[in-house]
Amino acid sequence: MEALKQKAKELLQNGDVKAVLGYAVGTAGVRRPHFARNPKQVDALVLDEKCTQNLATYLTKHEVKHLGKVAVVALPATQRALLQLVAERQLRDDAICLLAVDGGEVKTLSSGAEVEQHLALKTDAMPAADKAMIEKLMAMTREQRWAYWQQELSRCVKCYACRNSCPMCYCEHCTMDCNRPQWVPVASHALGNLEYHMVRAMHLAGRCVECGECGRACPVGIPVHLLTFFAEESTAKQFGQRAGHTAKLDYALSTFKPDDKETFIR
Amino acid sequence: MTEKFEPKITAFVCNWCTYAGADLTGTSRIKYQSNVRVLRVPCTGRIDFMLLMKAFQKGTDGVIVSGCHPNDCHYTSGNYHARRRWMVYKDLMDFMGVDTNRVTFSWVSAAEGARWAQLVNEVTDNIRNLGPYAEYKELAVAGIE
Amino acid sequence: MADTFKLTHENLDSLFAALRKDGRRILAPVDGDGRTELNEVEKPSQVAKGYIQTIMSAKDVVFPKVERLLSYTTAPGTVELHDAEPKALPTVLFGVRPCEAKAFGALDAVFNWDYRDKFFNARLEKMAVIGVSCLKADDACFCTSLGGGPADTAGSDILLTPIESGYLAEVLTVKGKAIQALAPNLFTPGNGVDKAAIAAKLEQAFDQPALTAKLPGMFENELWEDQALRCIGCGACAYVCPTCVCFDIQEEADPKQGQRLRCWDSCGFSMFTLHASGHNPRETQSARWRQRIYHKFSTYPERYQMLGCVGCGKCTRACPVDMNLREHLVEAANV
Repeated sequence: MEALKQKAKELLQNGDVKAVLGYAVGTAGVRRPHFARNPKQVDALVLDEKCTQNLATYLTKHEVKHLGKVAVVALPATQRALLQLVAERQLRDDAICLLAVDGGEVKTLSSGAEVEQHLALKTDAMPAADKAMIEKLMAMTREQRWAYWQQELSRCVKCYACRNSCPMCYCEHCTMDCNRPQWVPVASHALGNLEYHMVRAMHLAGRCVECGECGRACPVGIPVHLLTFFAEESTAKQFGQRAGHTAKLDYALSTFKPDDKETFIR
Repeated sequence: MTEKFEPKITAFVCNWCTYAGADLTGTSRIKYQSNVRVLRVPCTGRIDFMLLMKAFQKGTDGVIVSGCHPNDCHYTSGNYHARRRWMVYKDLMDFMGVDTNRVTFSWVSAAEGARWAQLVNEVTDNIRNLGPYAEYKELAVAGIE
Repeated sequence: MADTFKLTHENLDSLFAALRKDGRRILAPVDGDGRTELNEVEKPSQVAKGYIQTIMSAKDVVFPKVERLLSYTTAPGTVELHDAEPKALPTVLFGVRPCEAKAFGALDAVFNWDYRDKFFNARLEKMAVIGVSCLKADDACFCTSLGGGPADTAGSDILLTPIESGYLAEVLTVKGKAIQALAPNLFTPGNGVDKAAIAAKLEQAFDQPALTAKLPGMFENELWEDQALRCIGCGACAYVCPTCVCFDIQEEADPKQGQRLRCWDSCGFSMFTLHASGHNPRETQSARWRQRIYHKFSTYPERYQMLGCVGCGKCTRACPVDMNLREHLVEAANV
């Protein structure tokens, strides 16, 4: 922790970065994102197992880009998200300053290649509970799955916390906000909710880094992350590539192999 | 009195193969069931999954998506891209409990007029047996006070 | 002055039965899957225990997230218009907290300001509130900073305060008296219990009138930008808020039929103020965050002589990035 603070202060004092984004203690002990814009604000930084948020989400936001270069305290999921942002050409190397804190020491990573190298050392599988839940759902009949999702999604109010908390949902104009044509009903009735979540999952297939931020962000506790996890797993299984593992990656759904194997096209 | 259910089928087809194939069905004077509404798009690569969603949203009971056979795309690779998209979308639909029996993906070339008629007949019979897609239609009125 | 009674646990059971016999549905906080939300109940035993608040507010009962205002069908040369009638069910809200009960006043101020909204009023008329005082508060709560309190009676038709063997019951309004009249024997004479001694203790965190007075001079303060930096611009705060009243009108139209819906909206969205020209008067998240504060603590007092916030803290609990409203208001008050 002291090493992290030391490094953060150093970066700010040398003018290498305009802010250090990490975690601080929030309401009733929860951990919240914290922007330290001067050495004094660095003191509020904390780092422990309660810090779970994927901070890469902020790197593509206007207001944050406006600050200038930002150093980010990066868990493995944050690193994967950053790598995917690099692959999607949303971040250039000169904008990257990750403080990787997953190895017991603070390691500064300042390019996509370095992050890739660092990440290659570890495997970070989907949480067992989520994997089990997906398996449980797939063991159900289609009608049961339909009923499950209808029940879960009936609570959705379309606050878009899942979208806005997602590091890969950086589009300036989201499909949800387009009304010519209006693809998905704006209202959060049953139809609007199902189709919104279907579009979100499809648009993240092959891009989801499986951080689970969307599910954590949902104020009413809908496990929306299972949808993007599933779409990502489907892509990985069928096309043999995963998001967030390399700085150079063609989007799975905008490329192809002539021998892609399916079983259902007549 | 209950009216006999006649399914509404929406077919998204590419201009160069399946649409021309369907044209051949007509010029060959092959008859097939009239439940299908054919929507022509330049290429299967253009068929966004949201078009399929829109068809269900507007009350279709079944969907056909069809284009050039692999390696025969007018634009070289549009159908390969489409294939990947459907491979994932079909999985996702199934995961969310959408009835994938109501979506038929097919390759029909410009020379396969008879095959098009057969496809439409099979799909129409299948959907007629499945009945109206009540689950999806009910969504349109659920959750509104 | 309210009439104070005692309502034993057994008698509350009977009161629920009497309410249901009278054709009213009872909505109360219910535990499920680690979430406490309003749900229909039959007996008090189904009501959640030990909850501080539900996640969503109760405003849904009078202001649903999606509501049909009208529908129409067209045929060549004709349009047939169908006025929607609000499905206003006789409802008793049981167990909502005093802050939330008070919040209906803030909704009422907007829905009956220059235009009397028939949907809102039809639902409000059929609704009665049996509030339950708070015995504990958490780090998001700040009702006492806004003139409310853990045992405040405003907005409740009957307010119950838990005491040994039951509740202290204050029957406060005509609607409350009507409920009491359904089973008058259940309400036994109350003793002189000091409810303030029972209710949660929550210190006032800041001086609200002083904050409201100085907000107009703080519009350009850099504080808003600092606070909003971590805001991700979702609508969770507005959608769980019991007083947030913004809505969007959506037309869902086909060539042959259509409907007009009223849906919740949030000033936190960048689309909220986006003009057709492409210009956005609230271009940054900090401008939108500032708007949220100003609307509740400056515009509302100016226009309706009340606050647009009750200090329930739902927004804080729902926020994915822990934007703590109380903390931010304290910060603003200290500028």
